Amino acid sequence: MAFVVNFPLFAVVLCLICSVVSSVLPGRAARRLSLSLCALVAIGAALLLWYGVRTGAATTYLMGHYPHPWGNELYFGILEPLLLCVFAIVMGLCLLGGRKHLSEDLEDGKHRLYYVMSDLVLSALIVLCCTNDLFTGYVFIEICTISSCGLLMIRQIGRTTLASIRYMIFSLIGSGLFLLGVILLYAITGHLLMPNLKEAIGALYESGSYRIVLLSAISLITVGLAIKSGLFPFHFWMPDTYGYATPASGGILSGIVSKGYIFFLLRVIFRVFGTNVFYRSGVSNVLYVFGAIGIVVGSISALREKDVFRMIAYSSAAQIGYIYMGISLSPHLGVLAALFHILTHAFTKPPLFLSSAQLADVSGSRKRGDWRGAGHKNRLAALTFSICAFSMIGIPLTMGFVSKYRFAAAAFERASLLVPTLIVLALSTILNGWYFMRVVIALYMPAAEADAPRAKPGDRGVYAVSAIVFICLNIICGVAAEPLVLLLERGLALL
Amino acid sequence: MKKTGFLERFRAWDEDRFDLTERTTGDLNRPMRPAPTDRTVSDEPVQRLAAGEMRAFSRIYPILAAILGVVLIAFLLMTVYDLPPFGAANVPADNEVPARYVRDGMAETGAVNVVAGVILDYRAFDTLGESHVLYTALTAVLILLLSLRDAEPEPDPEDVLMRRDGILTTTAALLVPIIVLFGIYVLLNGHLGPGGGFSGGAIIGAGLILYAIAFGFTRLERMLNLKSFRIICLVALCFYSVSKCYSFFCGANGLHTIFSPGTPGRILSAGLILPLNIAVGVVVACTMYGLYSIFQRGRI
Repeated sequence: MAFVVNFPLFAVVLCLICSVVSSVLPGRAARRLSLSLCALVAIGAALLLWYGVRTGAATTYLMGHYPHPWGNELYFGILEPLLLCVFAIVMGLCLLGGRKHLSEDLEDGKHRLYYVMSDLVLSALIVLCCTNDLFTGYVFIEICTISSCGLLMIRQIGRTTLASIRYMIFSLIGSGLFLLGVILLYAITGHLLMPNLKEAIGALYESGSYRIVLLSAISLITVGLAIKSGLFPFHFWMPDTYGYATPASGGILSGIVSKGYIFFLLRVIFRVFGTNVFYRSGVSNVLYVFGAIGIVVGSISALREKDVFRMIAYSSAAQIGYIYMGISLSPHLGVLAALFHILTHAFTKPPLFLSSAQLADVSGSRKRGDWRGAGHKNRLAALTFSICAFSMIGIPLTMGFVSKYRFAAAAFERASLLVPTLIVLALSTILNGWYFMRVVIALYMPAAEADAPRAKPGDRGVYAVSAIVFICLNIICGVAAEPLVLLLERGLALL
Repeated sequence: MKKTGFLERFRAWDEDRFDLTERTTGDLNRPMRPAPTDRTVSDEPVQRLAAGEMRAFSRIYPILAAILGVVLIAFLLMTVYDLPPFGAANVPADNEVPARYVRDGMAETGAVNVVAGVILDYRAFDTLGESHVLYTALTAVLILLLSLRDAEPEPDPEDVLMRRDGILTTTAALLVPIIVLFGIYVLLNGHLGPGGGFSGGAIIGAGLILYAIAFGFTRLERMLNLKSFRIICLVALCFYSVSKCYSFFCGANGLHTIFSPGTPGRILSAGLILPLNIAVGVVVACTMYGLYSIFQRGRI
């Protein structure tokens, strides 16, 4: 066993220690610690990914001296380190790119607390990606929930306080339903570790006993995690949460925290329920319906929104709908498309929030109507916004095109849902194009009055780094998507 | 007035019909300003419409909620009916997992109290998370309520008033030492009998809160202020993380650890369980007292 397999353990413990240490450090030092932590986790995850690809096998890592079903364990193959690497990179870039607004939005003495929370979110994401134990997942879901609330409400304006209360309520309902599902599963199987649970659930499904409890546990866990990630009927916390948080938090919450829950749900589907049981239970059809409606409703809401931040947040609701639609289509191609879209969204949504914040600064307003000509005042932010908007619409050479293509390909695997899926895809592409292009065109209009002062550079340097990296990631992964898809495919086989 | 469906109404409710104006950072006491003037006069019909939507929404919402609630209750009752009977022999949960905990728990972990053995040794990673949940909660409350302009340490008027109450002070003077002592006993005895870090820490925290109610915060503050809080949490949680990291690392790589179960029943036994109980207890006590103090007066 190579030494690199110890990485997830060290990463979790390091994140927890850093979060505790950050609470006694000055804000600047806490920020540097947090950024180096993100870099370290990204490098470690990349090494682990390389190890996974080279050996082509998954690793079960004991957390202590006792194997399953007695002690805690971690499990990781190819997908887990890949997602971990992406999450750490995106989080670091969000903290970098949102630095200017962080220093404006936060009270002076509270900067360190922000980094305490961001380190805790990272630790929770690592565990959600790697755990082999359902209950450990629940514990770190709790950490993730509370610390995301902290990231949100640290900008103390009335709207964010209200938004974080709403987010907290929805999120806690989600955790409660998840916990209820875990308890039901424990009552009928007596296990909490994923391999044992899968075995026991498979046996129960074959024998046909405890049918109702099994169905209810599957639906409670799925609905709980769907609420937390913001699937359609439960997406009403999104616009305020993402729209009014400080841009770095908006990026972190929409780009990676909700994806952490979705990836955890995928792992639960594959490693606890088993695809056989899950896709025959009918829950996947419900997910399909809500995902498809969510795409359309989210896009229409975004279309009606004048506030650009809230528009982007509604667009997130639509993207979450895509991911759930992919998951429910089929366990192979559909999930592959969903995974690719998780990456697309993680690389696209945070820079949209960050560049919108920059553009709102130069135009002095959050409303789309006031953004006429803002693109001439901050060219880089406008470029980032445009490229990410193209990616969300699905224009070729960006990641968004590849994920839409994969969704369409997945639809052909499920003939009965082919027509509705394609209709939803086409409709949402039109709507996406409509509301995003409207903003992009406004950005590059000749400015109404040329006397508006150019924004002072401020922290433009770090923002530029983060924006350029995001643009590169979007275009590189969009042009050379095939290796990434192959990697995801190999990882899916190991899940 | 255009007709709108249920979804639109729900969405409209979600829109910014109520203007909570930004409080600028740094000046928390400034009164809320009136709404910024980006809402022009022409928006008034929209607001009237919103009021209508709101009324219609508040009529339809209870009905839908009731239907949803009844359906959910029926579904969950069916689930409960289908569950294995509570407490019966041969339920699925009675399998090889608890069997090993009960049979080999004492020999493998050194803890007479099987629960302590399970939460701090077999499933110690969960408990590592749990203790950080408390820390996370405390930090979140600090973010929300900590007021940073507390340069003037004025005695709270309530503080002075409370201290005059003879019944409270006498009872507290009698009870607080016993409560804290009992908490320490429960904490230290966690591996030998019922108790442990979470329960012992909660008892100690309750004792500290009672002391603060009876005698005010000023005397406690000499020992427990925000700085000492941070140091205590730092030391306890870092000790927990580092020692458990060592033990996980050894376990995963098949190495020998320096911690041995010792002789079950002794106070100094059960390897890491006793120090971990102390660390958890300290964090729990700090969190309880800290939450009370922040909610009471906005600082620790």
